[in-house]
Amino acid sequence: MSRSTPLRGVHESLGATLTDFAGWQMPLRYGSESAEHNAVRTAAGLFDLSHMGEIFVVGAQAGEALDRALVGHLSVLAPGRARYTMIVNETGGILDDLIVYRLDEDQYMVVANASNYALVARELADRVRGYDARVTDRSDEYALVAVQGPRSAEILAALTDADLDDLKYYAIVPGVVAGTPALIARTGYTGEDGFELFVLNEHAVPLWNALAEAGRDAGLVPAGLSARDTLRLEAGMPLYGNELSAAITPFDAGLGRVVRFDKPGDFVGKAALERAAENGTRRRLVGLVARGRRVPRHGYSVTREGAVVGEVTSGAPSQSLGRPIAMAYVDEGALEKGGLAVDIRGSQEPVDVVDLPFYRRSK
Amino acid sequence: MSTIPDDLSYTKEHEWVAGLEDGLTVTVGITAYAAEQLGDVVYVEVHPEVGSTVAAGDAVGEVESTKSVSDIFAPVGGEIVEINAAVVDNPSLVSSDPYGEGWLFRVRVEEEPEDLLSAAEYTALTSGES
Repeated sequence: MSRSTPLRGVHESLGATLTDFAGWQMPLRYGSESAEHNAVRTAAGLFDLSHMGEIFVVGAQAGEALDRALVGHLSVLAPGRARYTMIVNETGGILDDLIVYRLDEDQYMVVANASNYALVARELADRVRGYDARVTDRSDEYALVAVQGPRSAEILAALTDADLDDLKYYAIVPGVVAGTPALIARTGYTGEDGFELFVLNEHAVPLWNALAEAGRDAGLVPAGLSARDTLRLEAGMPLYGNELSAAITPFDAGLGRVVRFDKPGDFVGKAALERAAENGTRRRLVGLVARGRRVPRHGYSVTREGAVVGEVTSGAPSQSLGRPIAMAYVDEGALEKGGLAVDIRGSQEPVDVVDLPFYRRSK
Repeated sequence: MSTIPDDLSYTKEHEWVAGLEDGLTVTVGITAYAAEQLGDVVYVEVHPEVGSTVAAGDAVGEVESTKSVSDIFAPVGGEIVEINAAVVDNPSLVSSDPYGEGWLFRVRVEEEPEDLLSAAEYTALTSGES
């Protein structure tokens, strides 16, 4: 049985194409997904992300407990700031990638992916045992609405008295938006400036409507999961289930920087990750740009002289580059030699390896 | 709701066939319903060369959108006599004008088509799916 966010009726009245995503009925697109993508790059887009999970970790030792449970060093995070981090299993495999917000001295909010938050909440509850810290999964109470794009700050500023100029990237502040109490975070998954607004379910529809109205003249449009996926891909951001899985360590994914061996004490997965860091990786996550117009997609083989040397994890036509792009795990040896192709339904289509991200916004 | 012109024939694979009553050359495209399901079309390819012969049901090409790729099938057997170069250059025509400028290819019919649907039958098919 599929679940719905508090905004489902709004999406239906906007004529959205709905799709099942991790057991949720979510808007895939409202009209043209390319137009939605471009609106986020040039003006702003409005997203319903209420399927994401919000797990609160509260207590005098909440920071130390998260240091033990996650790969990051969360006890040193300043109140009001956020960090991208991961939860791994004992063998170093990624269970989820997370954004952790420190709301207060003794209060953290862990934002997890829709497909994983139930597992993350269970693991956290298990891992914080023995610390003065309590884990509460409040995903069912919270909706999440994001405004992303270069004009998002001016749109949001008209609806809130929170000082957005003072709100840095990866920071969070409680405030009131259009009469609604909200946690206002300057985070996102698009490669643009933008905000994520955490509100109680009953406030989601009025908040959405106020933002849609306030942003209309600035070019704000509702944007679906299709645009979200192409935006994050251009920004080189991994998606759990594509680039990340329990079979992959943060080092495999080129995200070893999130693993903080320098923090005090042990953490779940530490021994395995030390070995992974020591041994290096056989395959590396890289960006590919296709020379032709056919699109490398999730699961397609990367080849070199007919031999399989890797696998595409995500691929899409890129609006910003005008060519198909992909992320793929490719053998180090093949990367050194070059001359790579992707097997697109039996035909070897040449690709070039590029540094990630594909797209970086101008500051 | 997408439009379904009365004067065309349809396939279960969401293609339309025009000109069948003349019995010579038919034009083939994908329906507005299919175009809506696909989203923005970014790539169109018809594999056979002009002049080659295809059988009804052959996979003869592909339509690729942001999220997916779908095969194009020959709804009738015969000789491919024309491929729409405009839609290959500008695949968005499939979305913007599926029954007009977004046509895909023309076939000189050599094999009696089977199992084509009327507009009413195709309407029933798609209302069942949506």
